[in-house]
Amino acid sequence: MGKELTPAEVLALLPQQDPFRFVDEIVEIDEEHVVALQCFRPDADFYRGHFPGNPVTPGVLLIEAMAQAGVVAQGIWLVTRDGGPEAAEKLVTVFTDADVEFSGIVPPGAQVRIEGHKEFFRRNKLRSRVQMTLEDGKVVCSGTLSGMGVPR
Amino acid sequence: MATEAEVFESVVKILTPFVKNQEALASVKKETHILDDLKVNSSRLVDVVLQFEDTFDIEVADDDIDAVETVGNCVSLILAKVG
Repeated sequence: MGKELTPAEVLALLPQQDPFRFVDEIVEIDEEHVVALQCFRPDADFYRGHFPGNPVTPGVLLIEAMAQAGVVAQGIWLVTRDGGPEAAEKLVTVFTDADVEFSGIVPPGAQVRIEGHKEFFRRNKLRSRVQMTLEDGKVVCSGTLSGMGVPR
Repeated sequence: MATEAEVFESVVKILTPFVKNQEALASVKKETHILDDLKVNSSRLVDVVLQFEDTFDIEVADDDIDAVETVGNCVSLILAKVG
């Protein structure tokens, strides 16, 4: 039987782990949306090279964070709602496509808020409109991201 | 009511942005296989069917999406739904 998981339960099922987990906390999640928080640790190794003397969080990691919250976490909620927690363990979510735009940078140590809204969930494919904002509300990245649950 | 030729033309138009084999697209016919010939990514089938639903104001069951292989399958599916 399906079950509506809590934010903490969804986070516990998120397969990405340190050092490639970019969701610290899920604060809201339901059938239509998800809100998550992530702090990019200032001691992360990638800042040494991106860029020397001028650390900026790589855009690909912003997209990854938006995908982990807006597609993977949202997908886990939807799949388990229909098939129970074991349903999430039978699937792996693959990133299928994205259309994103950057409008700011995320400095080391910044906390971002990621908000995703489901566009559709059909045949285990999920597309969400996702937006990332800094603590002052400034939008740094937004777009649509999609992923698909495939058998492990 | 849309004719078979009109539906075929719409299906090809909807598929076009996702096609990676332009040569196969140039000679597209009902037997053309969407994944094998046109090289459309399988994850895009859902996008394509959602556009069928919007364009023709129909509803397609998820199981019907699995049965779609060729351009002709799409045309038949749509014609059956629009009555």
